[in-house]
Amino acid sequence: MALLDRRARRRAANAVFVALCGLATLLALAALGLIMVSLLKQGFGGLNLAIFTKDTPAPGSLGGLRNAIVGSALMCAAAMVMAVIVGLLAGTWLAEYGGDSPYGHAVRFLNDVLLSAPSILVGLFVYELVVRPFHGFSGLAGGVALALIAAPVVTRTTEDILRLQPNALREAGVALGAARWVTIRKIIWRGAGGGLLTGGLLAFARISGETAPLLFTALNNQFFALDMTKPMASLPAVIFQYALSAYDDWRALAWAGALLIALTVLSINIIGRVIVARGNTRP
Amino acid sequence: MAARPASKGAWFDPIFQFACLGAATLLLAALGGIVVALTIGGWPALHKFGLGFFTSTTWNPVTEVYGAAGPIVGTLITSFLALILALPVALGVSVFLVEFCPKRLAQPIAIAVELLAGIPSIVYGMWGLFVLAPWFALHVQLPLMMNIEAGSIWEKVFYGVPNGANIFTASLILSIMILPYMAAVFRELFLTVPAQVRESAYGIGCTPFEVVRSVTIPYVRSGMVGVVMLGLGRALGETMAVTFIIGNAHGLPQSLFDSGSTLASTIANEFTEATGEMHTAALTALGLVLFVITFSVLAIARALLLRQRQD
Repeated sequence: MALLDRRARRRAANAVFVALCGLATLLALAALGLIMVSLLKQGFGGLNLAIFTKDTPAPGSLGGLRNAIVGSALMCAAAMVMAVIVGLLAGTWLAEYGGDSPYGHAVRFLNDVLLSAPSILVGLFVYELVVRPFHGFSGLAGGVALALIAAPVVTRTTEDILRLQPNALREAGVALGAARWVTIRKIIWRGAGGGLLTGGLLAFARISGETAPLLFTALNNQFFALDMTKPMASLPAVIFQYALSAYDDWRALAWAGALLIALTVLSINIIGRVIVARGNTRP
Repeated sequence: MAARPASKGAWFDPIFQFACLGAATLLLAALGGIVVALTIGGWPALHKFGLGFFTSTTWNPVTEVYGAAGPIVGTLITSFLALILALPVALGVSVFLVEFCPKRLAQPIAIAVELLAGIPSIVYGMWGLFVLAPWFALHVQLPLMMNIEAGSIWEKVFYGVPNGANIFTASLILSIMILPYMAAVFRELFLTVPAQVRESAYGIGCTPFEVVRSVTIPYVRSGMVGVVMLGLGRALGETMAVTFIIGNAHGLPQSLFDSGSTLASTIANEFTEATGEMHTAALTALGLVLFVITFSVLAIARALLLRQRQD
């Protein structure tokens, strides 16, 4: 009788535990669902052609987000160019050259710290480094700040993926008499292509929604501008300004912008995953 | 046969290796640069206010007197509260995915949870300000205020303007934001537990609950502490979402539902509108404090996770 009792109790405890774990999962999924639903509900109505063709308006007049979208695209592109060059080379060094030396360990450790460091500190750093010496906010400064956030992501994924490449590939390069850098460029990088692309995409997804580092570097700009040496509008910065304003039409634009960013980021993330999944199933 | 020529392009090898080393060093320099820039920028404030900068709760741009105690305490409270809220849920999600979930569902759910991590901070902020805060004020704060006995301790705990923008809702948003990171790394950790170890526990008749409690969790203990620290590091530095919803009041928060500020939110709010050199310096000094706190937390987290991997 006592034995049965204990068994029942253990079963009950287990059932409660399973239920709680399931509940936790439901909670997490519900959070994602709730956020997406309110984004779609509030932002979808504002999504129209004017968003892409008109610039940010004065309160009360019609407008869109063209200058912000173009500014974001320009700064993200500039950032990705810098981040991919630095990240690809640094990741390659960690995987192929000095990753096991004490210096390599230090670089990897501090890169991991940089990876999760608060982005607002990167903004402050670039403010001191670029904005203050050159006496002015600029799109270029925004690009540098975003690059500093993307580069550790690219470095990390590059190293991880290059380490997955079989050593036989490197030996094949040597056997052909190819120089080491040719082996890396033509065999290792090419073999890791899909993974490297995913790393880049994830870094791009990460920076396309970043707001904090842009506030003190690119500032904002009410008008359409392509000049990267002047202050530049960005989608996140405009959302921040408009969401906290008292005007209903500005808030509607902010919601539309938020939906735009969220959809962009989510689809980039999904595309990245699809590329990885494809790579894994290929023989 | 002629002598074999040197590999084509071999002359470029050392240059390429040097460029790679340079890129790696650039990353180190960036981290070092952050420290140097924040120290130089914040020095005037640290020099003027000394240790009082960390203990004073006055933050007054008009009289140019700055103390960081309010934002420091706000940062610590919101981050720890977020951690307490997120930890059980993250554990639950990862255990569910590893132990109980049908294989066919595990991957899609894991991806959905990770997508939650991809949503930009500013979107969380807008959702928090326009959806969560009004709901919270109407359905939690007001009923609580009306049903609490006057003079009880709860009246003090739940005191606050019923607009939903307060320390607690900021922590709630933060917990949603750090949840997916923690769940993803927990899941990775749990998957490293060897199948034999778990199966032998099942073999002697343990229930899944007992396996998780007595085998899986003890096996990855130091790694779990690492994950918790990683989540804490994220929460400490999170900026935009908190800026939207914490209410941005200087000074020490007096209750759970009082408005407050964090280091990051104060910088984000005031930096571009700083009134003078000393204001900018004080905000940069806040950045330095934030850097020191997050760097220590993240360094401990990485060290613990590294040890777990090497075990």
